[in-house]
Amino acid sequence: MAAPDVLIHARGLAKSFGDAVAVGGIDFDLHRGEAFGFLGPNGAGKSSTMRMIGCVSPPSGGELSILGLSPLTDGPAIRARLGVVPQEDTLDVELTVRENLIIYGRYFGLPRDVIADRAARLLEFVQLSDRAEDQVDPLSGGMKRRLTIARSLINEPEILLLDEPTTGLDPQARHAVWDRLYRLKQQGVTLVLTTHYMDEAEQLCDRLVVMDRGAIAAEGSPRELIGRYSTPEVLELRFDPAEHEQAAEKLADAPAERMEVLADRILLYIQDGDAALRAVRGLGLEPLTSLVRRSTLEDVFLRLTGRRLED
Amino acid sequence: MTAAFAVREFRFWLTDYRRTWRGSIYTSVLSPVLYLGAMGLGLGTLVNARHSASLGGVSYLVFLAPGLLAAASMQTAVGESTYPVLASVKWIKTYQAAAATPLRPSDIFHGHLLFTAMRLTMNCSIFMVVIAAFGAVRSPWVIAALPVAVLTGMAFAVPIDAFAVTRNKDQSFAMLFRFGMIPLFLFSGTFFPITQLPGWIRPLAYITPLWHGVALCRSLSLGTATPGAALGHVAYLAGVIAIGLVAGHRTYRRRLYV
Repeated sequence: MAAPDVLIHARGLAKSFGDAVAVGGIDFDLHRGEAFGFLGPNGAGKSSTMRMIGCVSPPSGGELSILGLSPLTDGPAIRARLGVVPQEDTLDVELTVRENLIIYGRYFGLPRDVIADRAARLLEFVQLSDRAEDQVDPLSGGMKRRLTIARSLINEPEILLLDEPTTGLDPQARHAVWDRLYRLKQQGVTLVLTTHYMDEAEQLCDRLVVMDRGAIAAEGSPRELIGRYSTPEVLELRFDPAEHEQAAEKLADAPAERMEVLADRILLYIQDGDAALRAVRGLGLEPLTSLVRRSTLEDVFLRLTGRRLED
Repeated sequence: MTAAFAVREFRFWLTDYRRTWRGSIYTSVLSPVLYLGAMGLGLGTLVNARHSASLGGVSYLVFLAPGLLAAASMQTAVGESTYPVLASVKWIKTYQAAAATPLRPSDIFHGHLLFTAMRLTMNCSIFMVVIAAFGAVRSPWVIAALPVAVLTGMAFAVPIDAFAVTRNKDQSFAMLFRFGMIPLFLFSGTFFPITQLPGWIRPLAYITPLWHGVALCRSLSLGTATPGAALGHVAYLAGVIAIGLVAGHRTYRRRLYV
């Protein structure tokens, strides 16, 4: 029996479409008040998992309980307590901003005055109050996404599900969305999000799982994962394409904990970037460019799967 | 509980309709009125001169009007259950939005059908007022033609809704209009008695919901309806609706709960 503050409990959760396995048996728990992430490339099974949690996709196998209820028998009751920000906005583009909120609130059976009150506050929260009576169609992608977020909160959900919340947005819009989500976190809303952006996962998530090809490769906080699977710093080197392979061979002798040879760069995982760079020059190599940076979740993913997050 | 959820979806369509009602009134009401005028009065004077007996002893206008009522209901129903459903599930994805709330796929299905029934009732009522104004009614039983016309339209809306939700493109709709709706419109007894058709085609007409709707609306308007025949027509239409409901529960669920 799960502890009371475990809101979602999954063991061996699986989903297949015919012969294709989208999710191959994953385990995770979601705790109240945390921001939990599924980080992985396209096709990892993140959206399929979100749809199962959202009770719009029946699992093919395993255990899944949400708020102590079963998605197969208690779908409507669970969905009444969830908020969903889907990957595609699903707004009614012919209605106004405010009408979209009102209609959605009615789906939950909320009384008119309650919806009106919440809609006003939510429009304030996502900074769309001045566009309330405008039709949705001409709004920018970032505004539509903020409206979708406002809409997802109309029923004051216990868990907010966000499927790739900033995909397709320009950098300014992305930061605006992160800012809103961060505030929600501070207010204690429990968040579950999927993303293939490592910076989004690092910024927003308290805990995350790295997903690849339908399976969970690792679990922990961003800091823990980086500490476990990577070094504090990374030295990125670029050589002349003609010398690339030779350089890789010579670098095998460099004092690095690990080396990754990519198509266009060589990555050395070390404790101290500057010291490593001196060592590289000491081997007689002169790279075209060199860059010292901190490890990211991208490096964690590379270590775990041998591939990059964005392909 | 289920009814309450369906009503929530119905309210969505109602809000949407506040923007689009003007255009729909034209196609759904004005168009059949034009047919009534052109065919009933224009063509009618030619027909009445020689063929009143084969129409049952009434003028062509009186013969035509209830047929157009049923046919107009079919047209409204087909229009409402094709593109709006495809748009909701494929392009605008408002069905998916609703599915993320307590509503189930069957509620979403029912909610749209409720809205369609409302539109059919509105349009058929307006058309009936027009028919009465043209003086094309022979019997007080014509009042019963209103629910019959709505039932006729629903006999198209329910199964077509169930079909439309499975689509990703509108190609099949063009086929439906060209090879389904238009032949039905022309050959189901709306414009001429199907006794005019060759014997081997007539059974095909009897299978179509439109023929049943036309036959019953006409017999009510002319005052020639018998309880047995009326019940038979209504049972047929209700049967088509029942099958459509079962199909729609399945197709809506399959589309929205992937």
